[in-house]
Amino acid sequence: MIRMQPSVENTQTIADSDAVAVERTMAGDRDAFRVLVERHSHNVFRLAYRMTRNRPDAEEVVQEAFLRAYQKLGKFEARANFGTWVYRIAANYAIDRMRQRKKEEARKVEPAVHEEGMENDPVTLVRDAAPNPERLAHNIELRKQMEIALAALSYSERTAFVMRHWEGCAIEEIAQVLKSSSGAAKNTVFRAVQKLRLALQPFVGKGMQARATGTES
Amino acid sequence: MKHMTEEELIAYREGVAAQRAVVAQHLAACEECRAELERIEAVLAALDTLPVPNPGDDYGRHVWQQIASRLPERPARWWQAWFEPQRLGALAAVTALLVVAFIAGRITKHDHPGNDVATKEQIRERILVVAVGDHLSKSEMFLVELSNAQPNSSPGKLVNISAEQRRAEDLLEENRLYRQTALQEGDKVMASTLDELERFLLDVANSPDVVTSAQLEKIRQKIEARGILFKVRVVGRELQERQKATKPAPAQNDSTKIERNKA
Repeated sequence: MIRMQPSVENTQTIADSDAVAVERTMAGDRDAFRVLVERHSHNVFRLAYRMTRNRPDAEEVVQEAFLRAYQKLGKFEARANFGTWVYRIAANYAIDRMRQRKKEEARKVEPAVHEEGMENDPVTLVRDAAPNPERLAHNIELRKQMEIALAALSYSERTAFVMRHWEGCAIEEIAQVLKSSSGAAKNTVFRAVQKLRLALQPFVGKGMQARATGTES
Repeated sequence: MKHMTEEELIAYREGVAAQRAVVAQHLAACEECRAELERIEAVLAALDTLPVPNPGDDYGRHVWQQIASRLPERPARWWQAWFEPQRLGALAAVTALLVVAFIAGRITKHDHPGNDVATKEQIRERILVVAVGDHLSKSEMFLVELSNAQPNSSPGKLVNISAEQRRAEDLLEENRLYRQTALQEGDKVMASTLDELERFLLDVANSPDVVTSAQLEKIRQKIEARGILFKVRVVGRELQERQKATKPAPAQNDSTKIERNKA
């Protein structure tokens, strides 16, 4: 699980500093909002990319989230955490964007191929570790299946899974985005994992076999 | 030994298990459940390898450059939210209803000069009855159409429900407004029915555009299991009765509402 959770003290310092920046923005200091944008853009991008699974949409979500945050800043409660709040706005907009995208595009069976982020790509990692053609083929297949499995989740399931598993958000936070109860949000996380497991278990199993073959050879 | 369910193991793995210590204790003693958890973890670990591109160190600055020119001089104050296009639309609809109700009231008053003048509350109630009645008729039609959609096909066959999703989204907006109004008016039965309807509409709006026949069947089963269509019909008919009753003797409405809430 890849969670980027800052320490409790660090979180508190950022939240305090965010609160000051929000106050100054409300008083008409636009540069204060710039601080907030620069501080939270990376995190919001990560969430948006994981939800939309493509870079142009993720970038649009980030920009729109900050624009909406600025417009709604008057409704933002000073006690709340700006980072969490803008995250929620981004998640909501990402759902809208995914829905919109689906309507725009004719049904595409093949998932988008991502060229960015190859440094973390399991395929390239495997290539470096052991140039076993069988394992390489398996990893390409596995990645394709993972994209398909994620795309097959409903918007709520994908949102719940991304927010909980990858971003480590609290169930209450997910429930707010999904506009559901905490119990329902928890069930959505469960349903998402169950569906992903159903779709990917056979390929993950094969991977273990391929690894075993690689070690033996 | 009773084994952990898949749901319990996923909840444990995702850190949302209610009784974490109990699950951990069981896992320590049960090899079968440990193996099952490992299989779940293997899938999640594979998913964790999916890359997220690095947008670059100066990404924050880039975002700022993109949005700075589009930001208004100052953020809006909380009350300015009421003038957002979406809310203005709803406000316009309510205002139009008010005007209609006002004109109707004036006409009725001229026709029957001996009648009492309707109070503001009665007018407001009349508007709510008409507006919600209309919303419930539309929702009823939506539910009926969804219940009757293509019953005879193989479970794996794909069905496009994007049109239904759009209708669900439209109904959702109205539904939220009426549910809040019903809550403020103290109409518990109406608020609860609208709440159930809202949950269902949300489910449909959040479903994938294309579902299998089996998934569509599940949606239909939800309508039946929760009795949503029945409740919408009952409240809708009741509203029609109230609509009729508000014309000759609007003062009876409150007692009707209280009786219904008691029930």
